[in-house]
Amino acid sequence: MSIEEMLAGSACQDELDKVTQLQDLLAVKAEDVGALDVAYRTVASPVGDLLLAATDRGVVRVAFLHDDEDAVLQGLSDQLSPRILRAPRRLDWVAIELDEYFAGTRHSFSTPVDLALARGFRRAVLDHLPEIAYGTTASYARVAELAGSPKAFRAVGTACALNPVPIVIPCHRVVKSDGSMGLYAGGVAAKKVLLGLEAA
Amino acid sequence: MKPFEQVVRDHGTVVLRVCRALLSPADADDAWSETFLSAMQAYPDLDPGANVRAWLVTIAHRKAIDRFRAHARAPLPVESLPERQSSLGNPSEPDDELWAAVRSLPDKQRASVAYHYLADLPYREVGRLLGISEAAARRNAADGVAALRKTYQGAMS
Repeated sequence: MSIEEMLAGSACQDELDKVTQLQDLLAVKAEDVGALDVAYRTVASPVGDLLLAATDRGVVRVAFLHDDEDAVLQGLSDQLSPRILRAPRRLDWVAIELDEYFAGTRHSFSTPVDLALARGFRRAVLDHLPEIAYGTTASYARVAELAGSPKAFRAVGTACALNPVPIVIPCHRVVKSDGSMGLYAGGVAAKKVLLGLEAA
Repeated sequence: MKPFEQVVRDHGTVVLRVCRALLSPADADDAWSETFLSAMQAYPDLDPGANVRAWLVTIAHRKAIDRFRAHARAPLPVESLPERQSSLGNPSEPDDELWAAVRSLPDKQRASVAYHYLADLPYREVGRLLGISEAAARRNAADGVAALRKTYQGAMS
């Protein structure tokens, strides 16, 4: 192998390990100097892998990772800020509360939420969803009433589908008037799991 | 714009190699951290069409110069680096030997080799970074590789 090829050669394991280690350190330093606009991590859950992201104001995104992780990050970069790093520390709270929720010991979330990704009526709908108590459900029409626009039940469906922080903001508790489940961004199977968990 | 996470993933090892070629291992780690921290702070203002790797190497280059200046008593630390031969009879990874050989090159050769062969920057960019002409950058890189061929491959065979 020539010198030129060796210099340009692909990264060895030692280099990859070192970069991983330096990157963890970078996340801490960036947070300290206020350069980390969006921190994220992934967690495993009974409804599949989740990507959690937070600004310094609170959890801003909970994404079901049947979507491509890179696509979720690109969306956050486009809509919030490109200054994004994997930085588990800021998400520890959210991860712990989610664990407790899935264990059935937590019925509401106290972690701060940043609704920067929802505006206008969609935002109004999300503001009212936590009023639907754990273990109960409400119809799209009922949520439209709560949000102050009784006729806007279709828009409520859209708001739920585009909820940037599902589970934490319990859009899974919104069901169709006839009692059937309706759709869910995380998939109908995930909605079933969540409602089943809360009914237990 | 790509998430900064992706920038680190795409260019982290190249910048590490450049830092390792220019600086001692401990200083290389610090220079890497300083490079990416500065880059992250400036990232939202970066021209979307910019060559991200060239931009990062430019920052790393400045951080390395800062480090040279910080070690002002030895402004050319490379001159004092001994030829690296394992004294324990258990030579470390071949790569380490190669980086040590790169570090033992004279300043401009070492930087030209690092920026062109490790970071894949065109000679025009290398010249701009080092404040020399494109032709001089090309010559320095060629001389550097020739020297490596002699010292490194000589030591290996």
